[in-house]
Amino acid sequence: MADVRRSDTRAGYGRALVELGAEHDDIIVFDADLAESTRTGMFKKAYPDRHFECGIAEGNMMAVAAGAAAMGLVPFASSFAMFAVGRAYEQIRNSIGYTQLNVKIGASHGGISVGEDGASHQCNEDFALMRSIPGMVVLCPSDEVEAAAAVKASYEYVGPVYLRFGRLAIPVFHDESNFKFEIGKGEVLREGSDVAIIATGLMVYEALKAAETLAAEGIDARVINFCSIKPLDREMALKAARDCGRIITCEEHSIIGGLGEAVSAVVAESGIPCVVRRIGINDEYGYSGPALALLKAFGLSAENVAKVTREFLGK
Amino acid sequence: MTEFEKRELAIRATKVRMGIIDSTHAAKAGHPGGSLSAADMLTYLYFKEMNVDPANPKDPDRDRFVLSKGHAAPALYGALALRGFFPWEDLMTLRHIGSHLQGHPNMNSTPGVDMSTGSLGQGVSAACGMALAAKHLGKTCRVYTLLGDGEIEEGEVWEAMMFASNYKLDNLVVIIDKNGLQIDGRTEDVMDLGDLPAKLTAFGFGVTEIDGHDFTMMESAFAEARETKGKPFAIIMRTTKGRGVSFMTDAAEWHGKAPNDAQYEVAIAEIKAQLAELEGK
Repeated sequence: MADVRRSDTRAGYGRALVELGAEHDDIIVFDADLAESTRTGMFKKAYPDRHFECGIAEGNMMAVAAGAAAMGLVPFASSFAMFAVGRAYEQIRNSIGYTQLNVKIGASHGGISVGEDGASHQCNEDFALMRSIPGMVVLCPSDEVEAAAAVKASYEYVGPVYLRFGRLAIPVFHDESNFKFEIGKGEVLREGSDVAIIATGLMVYEALKAAETLAAEGIDARVINFCSIKPLDREMALKAARDCGRIITCEEHSIIGGLGEAVSAVVAESGIPCVVRRIGINDEYGYSGPALALLKAFGLSAENVAKVTREFLGK
Repeated sequence: MTEFEKRELAIRATKVRMGIIDSTHAAKAGHPGGSLSAADMLTYLYFKEMNVDPANPKDPDRDRFVLSKGHAAPALYGALALRGFFPWEDLMTLRHIGSHLQGHPNMNSTPGVDMSTGSLGQGVSAACGMALAAKHLGKTCRVYTLLGDGEIEEGEVWEAMMFASNYKLDNLVVIIDKNGLQIDGRTEDVMDLGDLPAKLTAFGFGVTEIDGHDFTMMESAFAEARETKGKPFAIIMRTTKGRGVSFMTDAAEWHGKAPNDAQYEVAIAEIKAQLAELEGK
């Protein structure tokens, strides 16, 4: 696969907010002292009167955002994933989820690719926490283009949405000129019938690279992008189960409570004979190091996806 | 405030107390103590202070109220029913399956409830968000929130206080129901609140402390709140938990349990006697 432009998904968040802000007066942004890092600083610069700093107080920020939404505004509340959903889980659950208020939670620095900051800042549990909240939409874009599209779709959608963005610059493989994004819909990026690799976030590109390697070895892997972790595209998952009989899920998240479990539940309850293998963080903490080295060490690489696939297929 | 007006408010507050006892007895659960301490201030808010219209509960320009101490829902429900937001008879369905009157306030089920609350500390933050949004949208409506004194042990409350002060939310009134009791005992024994007026002042609030059962004092406190510009205002209301029912008065044990049938008969007889006296019967 040819080298492509690299960018981080948080950049797509910042860009989309600025673009949305030009059209819609009701968008406001809350930050907890991380506007530069979450890339909401771009919105702050463009529309300073619609950006509100909350200080290092994420719990208060989430409930403040709920109150602003109750007044008819559309707040995007931002922090690192660890603090947005970890620190403020209960505010999100009770003041945003239970109320179904129209708050969008934009969380950057999700996953282990946060890198050098180490385990305290590497949130590998956000999908699990947010999926468990009734009515919460959970999105994890795979590149900058999809990130921007997901932010815009979140604005159009009325109700709480959790968006996870990454710090690491990763390949941009979607073409913005013809890309359509829909909450709840998966995207088949490559057809194949030996195995289906269902990935989310930065693992989507790794899955594509793995499929390319596997194709050269005669293994025909379908690659599916599930940006929408909740709601899940059940039909696409079940079709993959039916067509391939084997599914591998790939996520930069704990194997507990994330995409892998969501897909497994849908497949297991369907009665379709299909085995699922999960690639993710295996119930452990990360540690400090360069992002790419960490991703490799934790098996979140095209090489490992290919290796697991070969083992899975007995090849 | 005229004596007539005061008596009218007292009659209404006594009816709210009756609703608290009736509804928690019917529910066989609930929080009568902290509801009874807040009955007078909620009556004042809904019948004197706030601009609300039961016929148009979603009016975008209405004043907002957030019951941050969500467990005092029976008092809020009593005030809302008396004000005409829903039938008084609904109070008897409190906490029942299928009732719009949830154990703690739910904005999506009960007319007149502006924010779902129950988890302590969050309501005041939501009220800050409402006040900020009102200013941003150029609305002149005001936002009121009621906290328990135990509740302010939550760190989030002080995050919200900083926020309110930072954004000069002079359209926000924070009311603290200082009944001195929380589930495990006296607040000073569980977690000493220290010099509350000094703390609020240090956080940038205009502050006054009044008797939370005195309508005349409420009138001047809320007037002072309206006149205070450039900063949020806090009214500390000294109250008695369980006020209006002899055996619940100032008793922590009545924080979160309903009266049984025998206790109910005593409580309701006491409140009915208070009402008869106020009505001059």
